[in-house]
Amino acid sequence: MQAVKSRFKPEPFLFHTFNYLLMLFIVIVTLYPFLNTLAISFNSGVDTTRGGIYLWPRVWTLKNYEAVFLTGHVFDAFWVSVARTTIGTALGVVLTAMVAYTISRREFMFRKLITIIFVLTLYFSAGLIPSYFLVKELNLLNTFLVYILFPGATAGLISGFNMLVIRTYISSLPESLIESAKIDGAGDFRVFVSVVFPLCAPVLATISLFIAVGQWNTWFDTFIFASSRQNLSTLQYELIKLLSSTTNFNANPNLTSTAAKDIAARITPLSIRAAITIVASVPILFVYPFLQRHFVAGLQLGSVKE
Amino acid sequence: MQHQVQQAEIVTRPKARPSFWSRMVRQRQLIFMSFPMVFYIILFAYIPIWGWMFAFQQYKPGLPIFEQKWVGFAQFDFLFNDAAFLRVLRNTIAMSLISLVLSFVTAIGFAVLLNEIRKSFIKRSIQTISYLPHFLSWVIVTGLVSTALSTEDGIVNVVLMKLHIISEPVVWLGEGKYFWWIVGFANVWKELGWNTIIFLAAIAAIDPSLYEAAEMDGANRYRKMWHITLPGIKPVIVILLILNIGWLLNGGGFEVQYFLGSGQVIDWSETIDIFVLKYGLRLGNYSLGVAAGIFKTVVSIILILLANEAAKRLGDERLI
Repeated sequence: MQAVKSRFKPEPFLFHTFNYLLMLFIVIVTLYPFLNTLAISFNSGVDTTRGGIYLWPRVWTLKNYEAVFLTGHVFDAFWVSVARTTIGTALGVVLTAMVAYTISRREFMFRKLITIIFVLTLYFSAGLIPSYFLVKELNLLNTFLVYILFPGATAGLISGFNMLVIRTYISSLPESLIESAKIDGAGDFRVFVSVVFPLCAPVLATISLFIAVGQWNTWFDTFIFASSRQNLSTLQYELIKLLSSTTNFNANPNLTSTAAKDIAARITPLSIRAAITIVASVPILFVYPFLQRHFVAGLQLGSVKE
Repeated sequence: MQHQVQQAEIVTRPKARPSFWSRMVRQRQLIFMSFPMVFYIILFAYIPIWGWMFAFQQYKPGLPIFEQKWVGFAQFDFLFNDAAFLRVLRNTIAMSLISLVLSFVTAIGFAVLLNEIRKSFIKRSIQTISYLPHFLSWVIVTGLVSTALSTEDGIVNVVLMKLHIISEPVVWLGEGKYFWWIVGFANVWKELGWNTIIFLAAIAAIDPSLYEAAEMDGANRYRKMWHITLPGIKPVIVILLILNIGWLLNGGGFEVQYFLGSGQVIDWSETIDIFVLKYGLRLGNYSLGVAAGIFKTVVSIILILLANEAAKRLGDERLI
């Protein structure tokens, strides 16, 4: 055994060297753009224009972040993003789980009908223009409510996919738990609240992450339905405005205090963009590693049936 | 469960099945729990289909919808004789196929190679890092892509020049011939890790005794990958490929082209979704926009039904 272990095998060695180098390459390619942006966001704007900033700032400064939060609309937009993410996620996950519970009940008379109604929405959409007219008719244009209610590709109160994932999970729970609660006199609502909902914690964590990421990252509903109200602008939308416009950040008419003007004189669109990119991505990057185990399991549950 | 319920019914009401209404009363809690959301989804997902009428009219703002002029299929006729729309269709299909093939090949390759890493700590760390871009919005990702491809200090140009592959910076985003591939690789960068989740699960489900038997027969690492791992995940690959065919008219996402495209590459970057946005909302030609949208939805549904049928014939796994 000892002899076998110490014998040098060129094949596995070469393979593993190659494999680890390839993995290293993938990790670098994945992380570099993000780390580069992080470095630029902490580097003095004027210095950045001279080029050569890769992974580490040359002239450290917090001015870019100060500028982001003191001038312009980013601070307000940040709170709109936080509000839509928390409200949308909390409501979405509870309501999705509730419907998922009802269609997991075999005796429910509308089970098939409701399942079909939701599954079909996975495969078609009425399209942009009809949806726009609906939102207009409902008087939801330029309201905060449209962020919570409009079922876009990623946001919205309920999605068929999320619901099917939760339903699959509920179906895997032991039926005896639900039965015994019913024998004790609990109605379906009571069973859902005190038995099923707590037991679904892992899958609900996954779905919460999906909804939260969708709510936080979306910009399309702001662009289509709420672009004329500055106080409804979100972080992503502010970032788009910066990316698409070549207008100088310095020209912002909202600069009132001399301190703010002083900051604006020393920053550039590139470094502001970097700072907002970091502000817009960091919250989610802090959350997902902790939920990794759950979402990997949840995704497998939803995709590979049986 | 079904059995028990039936028994209970038999006890209370011999012979006759409980009526529709009495069942509704008994299941009122389930109904109260589900119907609000059912009405919500009908309102937001089904009611707008009514707006498809616009596609058969020549919509003029200000008139009620039933007083609009009906034109039958004239909008569709116009679309399919319009060189601009046919180009948009070509771009959409090309970018879908490029993104689809690149995503599959890279995700399968990455999953197979990741599976060869035995140190679970390293494997898990690589996975965590690889999921990162999935959680960034397309707004951010396209910003990072254009920074990386920039002619001033963009890392792609810097590295290629250091390696003497190119002698001066290439304007990657300014030339149509690169655009489709940039979209494909942007998709790969964002979703590589995420796409491997399912393939890794499929690899983990392969019976380990198959590998042991192959080892006994003297198979080396590559033969095991080729003859056991890949055939083992073939059903999953087939199902996912078929499922993705339904997205053929999505063009590999809408936001990539919307943010990375510019006037210089417009002939290569415009997809159906952008066409709808441009004609429909920006230029106010609702009828044409809706017609293009209907075309996309109908083709997608047909593709999904065909795919489902194909999957049924290939094996007993079904999608819907």
